Amino acid sequence: MHKLHVLLALLLSAGLVSAQNPTGNKTDLGELHGNFQVDAQYYNVDTLIGAPIVPEKILSNGFMNLWYTRGNFSGGIRYENYLNVMQGFDSRYKGSGFPFRFASYSNDKLEATIGNFYEQFGGGLVLRAYEERGLGFDNVFDGTRIKYEPIPGLVVKGLIARQRAFFSLSPGIIRGGDLELNVNQVFFPNKELKTNFIVGGSAVSRYQDDQDPLYILPENVAAFAGRINIIRGKFNLNSEYGYKINDPAATNGRIYKPGQALNLSLSYSTKGLGIIAAVKRLDNFDFRSDRAATGNANNINFLPALTRQHTYNLPATIYPYATQPNGEVGFQFELNWKIKKGSKLGGKYGTEITINCSGTNGLKKEAVENDTLGYSSDFFSVGKEVFFRDYHLEIHKKINKHWKANFMMLYWVYNKDVVQGLKGFGTIYAPMGVIDVAYKINDKHTLRMEAQALLTEQDDGSWAMSLLEYTYSPNWFIAVVDQYNFGNDIQEKQIHYLTGNIGYMNKGNRIMLSYGRQRAGIFCVGGVCRNVPASNGLSLSVMSSF
Amino acid sequence: MKKILLLLLLPGFLLAQSSEKTRQLPEVMLKTLDGKSISTTDFNNDGKPIVISFWATWCKPCVNELTNISDLYDEWKEKTGVKLIAVSIDDARNMTKVAPFVNGKGWDYEVYLDANADLKRALNVNLVPHTFLLDGNKQIVWQHNSYTEGDELKLFELIQKVASGQTIAE
Repeated sequence: MHKLHVLLALLLSAGLVSAQNPTGNKTDLGELHGNFQVDAQYYNVDTLIGAPIVPEKILSNGFMNLWYTRGNFSGGIRYENYLNVMQGFDSRYKGSGFPFRFASYSNDKLEATIGNFYEQFGGGLVLRAYEERGLGFDNVFDGTRIKYEPIPGLVVKGLIARQRAFFSLSPGIIRGGDLELNVNQVFFPNKELKTNFIVGGSAVSRYQDDQDPLYILPENVAAFAGRINIIRGKFNLNSEYGYKINDPAATNGRIYKPGQALNLSLSYSTKGLGIIAAVKRLDNFDFRSDRAATGNANNINFLPALTRQHTYNLPATIYPYATQPNGEVGFQFELNWKIKKGSKLGGKYGTEITINCSGTNGLKKEAVENDTLGYSSDFFSVGKEVFFRDYHLEIHKKINKHWKANFMMLYWVYNKDVVQGLKGFGTIYAPMGVIDVAYKINDKHTLRMEAQALLTEQDDGSWAMSLLEYTYSPNWFIAVVDQYNFGNDIQEKQIHYLTGNIGYMNKGNRIMLSYGRQRAGIFCVGGVCRNVPASNGLSLSVMSSF
Repeated sequence: MKKILLLLLLPGFLLAQSSEKTRQLPEVMLKTLDGKSISTTDFNNDGKPIVISFWATWCKPCVNELTNISDLYDEWKEKTGVKLIAVSIDDARNMTKVAPFVNGKGWDYEVYLDANADLKRALNVNLVPHTFLLDGNKQIVWQHNSYTEGDELKLFELIQKVASGQTIAE
């Protein structure tokens, strides 16, 4: 492995030596770029908020990517270190190493990659390798991949690889293929048809040997998915269905039931108005490159939550929904409407309105005689148990040159026991409200205020959050945030979590320093969430892209 | 290990001194909102500047930036011929929402989907929003991460320079 690193480094240097040559022409020397980030935190002891004691006092995560491209060739590596891994990340990130390196060749029709690569088939229902650095999630493949586009509108992909699991590889070997066909482009290339069809199909198989002394486990587990996208005028229909053969694993209670999944969405949009309605059903569809794996690791497929991804602090981090791959039925509806400028409701700048409703229930399950199959479930029925509801209305309004405002009202239902896999917390019912007002002092200086509240009798009770932010374009920002658990039943836990932040941005660089208390919370990006324990201290984040 | 690191860092420093100011746009496949594949090599604005803005439907500052530019976009196009390409990094969770979202906002941009962050990675973007400015030869001449209210004025200043053939020296 190390030989490869040295080789890559030499290669990169060689490219550069020629770049130094003043007489050489500049066209084909290749380019080297990358990005870098380091996060570090100094942890204070704070027993009141329940912050875990950190013996090292300082913890830090860092990484750097270096990518080299020259003509049809590209290659790159990433170095990562965890000294030691920060609170809230998986403790299996230990020490440092080069978990990512690749070389790739591509021309108009063909692309071949060896080493590490990220990939997604369709919507990721049966296969997706991706990274969310901020969450410490990375299930990158390590193997070989070929993509081939023989004619425009037809793309074929094939891969064989293992997956990253922290600083080692997951035991399963993944083999997969995907084909996507744009029917109109391939069969009617010179015609403008009213309806567009795009279809695709994928097959993925995992090999993992059976070392179980008792059970006969399937060593080759296959999953298939088919998808269709139909576009006609302002309408867009998108659907993907997946099927997985029996895969007894740690996350599904080792049942031999096959898995199924369906995503279906229909949208209508025209300038100023967008509507989307979607449903989904998951039944025993967790798919990993190690049948013994649990937690946020070794995932082969991607099953995001069918809910709005919030950005305001309280709705985003106190009770966010996380997909239940073992079984759920969900829906979502969203309307985005811009009331025209100059109309009665629109005013001088127009008014933007968003309405979103989403909900998820459990499956309707029935017992079966053969209990190795777990249960049976009718595809078209919905279970009674409520996992999650989010109904909200958001209004965005620019009032004049100086003032802008955003209002949001939400009603939330969160089954804490199911979503977090706990017992005895029950379901939380919480109305929430957000007011976000920005005042632009002049072209460069802006002041922004946020006030948020979450009202509930359950769990830790009600919360309030306030923020004051001052930005000086294009380089500076400073902010103070307070979160206050005023509704906590235990009086001494009615705590203020006060944090100050200051940041400097310039071109591709950003430095941020913050000090204060951080509430325990759940931070999510895309489909993955991580639990972050409470902390108190000074943190520094430096990132650069070059 | 340290030696390897040094070896790795060395070229970076050398490059920084080798007066390479521009950067080629990497060749990556994206999806259009109606499901077609498009290569970044097909980005075209007839020799006028292009702005590439990475964003996501769930990213407040990104939406803020694109909304603010949207109010000025007609004026920008008239004065400089600039084109803004908004690359959404929304994944499967929100991918199908992008078209209704963009229409709901009434934006006039060219919008593409980078659902598995291939272009984001190839351009070494840490976080969204992240904005790149390309000159008439489709060379990246400037980039900026994050967005604060008023940043669009600085961006337009640079677009005007690029449109009139000046080099951006900072």
